[in-house]
Formats: sequence, C-alpha cells, structure tokens
Amino acid sequence: MKIAMASTGNTLESIIDSSFGRCAWFVIYDTENGAMEFIPNPNKDKEEHAGPAAVELISSRNVSKIISGEFGVKIKPLLDSMNIQMIVVKDPTKTISHIIELLKKGGK
Amino acid sequence: MNVLFEEYEALRLSDYDRLNHHQASVMMGISRPTFTRIYAAALQKIATAFVEGRQIAIDGGKVYFDSDWHQCNACDSYFNHPHKNIPIKSCPLCGSDAITDFDLPEETQQLNFNGDKCICPDCQFEQPHQAGKPCKEQVCPECGHFMKRAGAPGKGNHKMKII
Repeated sequence: MKIAMASTGNTLESIIDSSFGRCAWFVIYDTENGAMEFIPNPNKDKEEHAGPAAVELISSRNVSKIISGEFGVKIKPLLDSMNIQMIVVKDPTKTISHIIELLKKGGK
Repeated sequence: MNVLFEEYEALRLSDYDRLNHHQASVMMGISRPTFTRIYAAALQKIATAFVEGRQIAIDGGKVYFDSDWHQCNACDSYFNHPHKNIPIKSCPLCGSDAITDFDLPEETQQLNFNGDKCICPDCQFEQPHQAGKPCKEQVCPECGHFMKRAGAPGKGNHKMKII
C-alpha cells in the first residue's frame, strides 16, 4: 500500500506541510518494501486549482492514504470519490521519519 | 456578528461556487425555500457587519458534516473513513485502537424535519419526506402516481373557501 505525505522539504527530517495542494514536496512511501519517493510539487506557486492538480498527480501513483496538515475544500470531494483516505496531522513538530515510524509501528 | 455555519455554507455555495439556489439546497439537504431563507440571513449579517464595522465570526448552527471524521487519541491525528462498509477499528497512522468520533456536540444536531411525510393521493402510501426533493416530484413506489406532502391541500382534503 502506498501512502502520500505533504512535506516541507526533501529529507526525512522535513516536517509535514500544513497545506496539501501547495506543499513543497510530496513523499510517497510504500509500506510493502519501504521504498520512498520524493516528488517536487509543480503546482506550488499556482494561483488556483493547486489542490485538484496535486490530487491528479498523487492519484496517478495509486496511493490509498494521504497525510497532510490540512486539506482544502476542493480536495475533499475529489478524494471521497476516489476512496482515498485523508489523515490530518496537526502537530507541527512531526517529521517525515516520525510519521514513517508510526506507520511501521501500526503494521500497515 | 456571528455567522452560523449553515449561513456561511449557503453563501459559499451560492456566491463562491456560483450554484443556483436549487442546486445548493440539494447539496445541503434542505428545501429551496429554506436555503433562500438561510442565504438571506447570511447576507443580512454580512451587510450589518460591513456597515457597522463589526467583526465577523463563523460558528455554531444546526449542521452536521457529511463525511465521518475520527480522531486518534494516541498520535493526535484526524482521519476520515472512505470505506463506510468496513467498520473502523484502529488508527490508520499508528494502529492504535484509541479512536473516537470527531464530533462537535453542538454542531452535530441534525436538522429536524418535523417528521414530514410524502403521501400518495391515490393509494395513501406514505414515506418520509426528504428535504430538497419536492414531494410532487416523487413517484409512489406502489402505484406510480406523483406524491404530495401529507397534510397539504390538494385532492382529497381540499376545502373550498366560500366568500
């Protein structure tokens, strides 16, 4: 199962971005083999529709969960229709490595 | 000026998403006249805030959120649950089972539709009225006639007004 995360940077020490559509990097983590992929967000500075564009990019990778600090209003109905689960992590101190540890501990 | 959630939503659907009142009322699960009433209240409050230079706060109201959100008490995350047919047991992030429904008590009262019913004027079949869907557009599953609101004037209980 693949899980996407919105990250502020391209290292494991980066924290979860507070925006999904305009986050700096997407991290795609594969729970089966532990593979990680960092993708720069091409829609970072878009005036509008950054959210739907991000969903398109992420859904093309077949992820089933997305972790972010916040999701915009246009994203929610899109993800609902694709059966992608949204996880909101409000804690601004959580890093990508911390999240991955939690995911490993959760056994998923 | 306290704008209620439903008033904010009415304003957003109507003027931001540019839906018409009927489409917006269906999305909010209320009837078109109710939507217009809520929308008018929203405009009135916003206008008052503008003219009198008051602050706008968006809070409260009789609303519920359409997607069920849960909260994990172990890792402090919120998550929704797209697969409604599979019961949720553990947090998708940390796997903990310390999860609770993410409900704000005063905002989760569902709108009470006073138990309104649609009734078939022909065979008297009754079904609960769904807000935003006029009874007269509903077809009776028993005999195929158009239905009407129970207790409303029409065939059967219509009384002529004599002047």
